[in-house]
Amino acid sequence: MEIVMKRAGSTLLVRMAGELDHHAATGLRDKIDSKITLGNLKNVIFNFGGVDFMDSSGLGMVLGRYKLVSAQGGKVLACSLRPRVQRVFDLSGLQAKIPVFLSEQEALKNV
Amino acid sequence: MDNQMKLEIPSKSQNEAFARVVVAAFAAQADPTIEEISDVKTAVSEAVTNAVIHGYENGFGTIIVTAALNDRRLQVSVTDYGVGIADLEQAREPLYTSKPELDRSGMGFTIMENFMDEFTLASEPGKGTTVTMVKVFSQIKTGRDA
Repeated sequence: MEIVMKRAGSTLLVRMAGELDHHAATGLRDKIDSKITLGNLKNVIFNFGGVDFMDSSGLGMVLGRYKLVSAQGGKVLACSLRPRVQRVFDLSGLQAKIPVFLSEQEALKNV
Repeated sequence: MDNQMKLEIPSKSQNEAFARVVVAAFAAQADPTIEEISDVKTAVSEAVTNAVIHGYENGFGTIIVTAALNDRRLQVSVTDYGVGIADLEQAREPLYTSKPELDRSGMGFTIMENFMDEFTLASEPGKGTTVTMVKVFSQIKTGRDA
């Protein structure tokens, strides 16, 4: 799993590539949480453009960040879901909490 | 085509990817669609992750993955000898997790049930858990193995 994190105002952009499972998610959560805390960031956009596999551990990772930032009034958004990732998202009903957009630009407009 | 496999691995999170790739490679003999193979990979990943996190509570243990192909029917079992599950009904409820502090979504069993054609869960507290799943692959399209 590879990630690139970028700051856009008060929003953290997390661009991910590879397979997002429990093993990968465990490594990611600490990196993301420290960026949010140290950078005093409010919102997170997860860009799934490069993610070709995700299981429920990926959902849990996204949901965990949602709990963290929503407690401070922030938002979590997701974008660029491939069909396989979309299938796992759809089953979970996570979109009630985490809105999904087709592109990163669109997600940024809706922060 | 009839064939079978058995994989024995320690309960390390690195082996989640290894196990799902092994089962996918085994199932590829039946020439499933990409969708079907992805469903199997996801379900196996969920079962092995459960064994690592819940069965052995991120400690040490052995996980056994077996698979059998009979014509276009794939049966996969994932067994751990860990803590077991006391309340099977509760464990299977969508969004229920016994470990919310670990960022668990509670969707593991729901995904296994939805992505596979058959799903059975057998567990005994203190003895371990076995998940058995079946996927029946669609018929090969004509001309595909020409």
